[in-house]
Amino acid sequence: MRISVQEAPFELGAESDAFAAGVNNAGALVTFTGVVRDADQGGLQAMEIEHYPGMTEKALTAIAEEAMSRWSLADALVIHRHGRLAPGERIMMVATAARHRKDAFEAAEYLMDYLKSRAPFWKKEILSGGSADWVAAKDTDEDALKRW
Amino acid sequence: MDVLYFAWVRERIGLPRERVETTAATVADLVEELRAREDRYAAAFADLSALRVALDQELSEFDAPLDGVREVAFFPPMTGG
Repeated sequence: MRISVQEAPFELGAESDAFAAGVNNAGALVTFTGVVRDADQGGLQAMEIEHYPGMTEKALTAIAEEAMSRWSLADALVIHRHGRLAPGERIMMVATAARHRKDAFEAAEYLMDYLKSRAPFWKKEILSGGSADWVAAKDTDEDALKRW
Repeated sequence: MDVLYFAWVRERIGLPRERVETTAATVADLVEELRAREDRYAAAFADLSALRVALDQELSEFDAPLDGVREVAFFPPMTGG
């Protein structure tokens, strides 16, 4: 299991390959990547991601440990960036490895649902023209936790 | 104790963290003390349903006791992913 909270970009291919190389006898590897998309109204200049150093790592570790215990996983990886990101940049990725795909898919969804609402990150959209808005949490994100 | 603020809570109050000497028994009591300080605190803590609290880096509740707590953080609902 590896958790990385970092400002630097990451290489999706290299991270996926390294993750795959570290597991034995896993028939299923699932990766999910989150990307900075344009604001709903358009004109996104940048996304600033703030986090709570210390608590972020603890929360992500607890979420990943819970996923490892609930599903039959060979390994799990969470990378999440902070700082100022441009549209199109990769924000984060999760990867899961399991003997069978159901465990890998479900655990990856679980990781995503929990790190959206329970890991201390906050996104701010910087728009052309200089205005900025904090991204509001969605009720649907909180509701998504109830299925687990 | 150390009190930390994140995202728009930090912006409204105007600082990321501060040392607070308090005898508040619960998070809610601490919030009342902070609200009474200045308008910027009252503005940040106007609607507790829009806020979350962590005690020593674990998510908690506003009625939780502060006994033994060293670090309190206030922030809006998280938006990771």
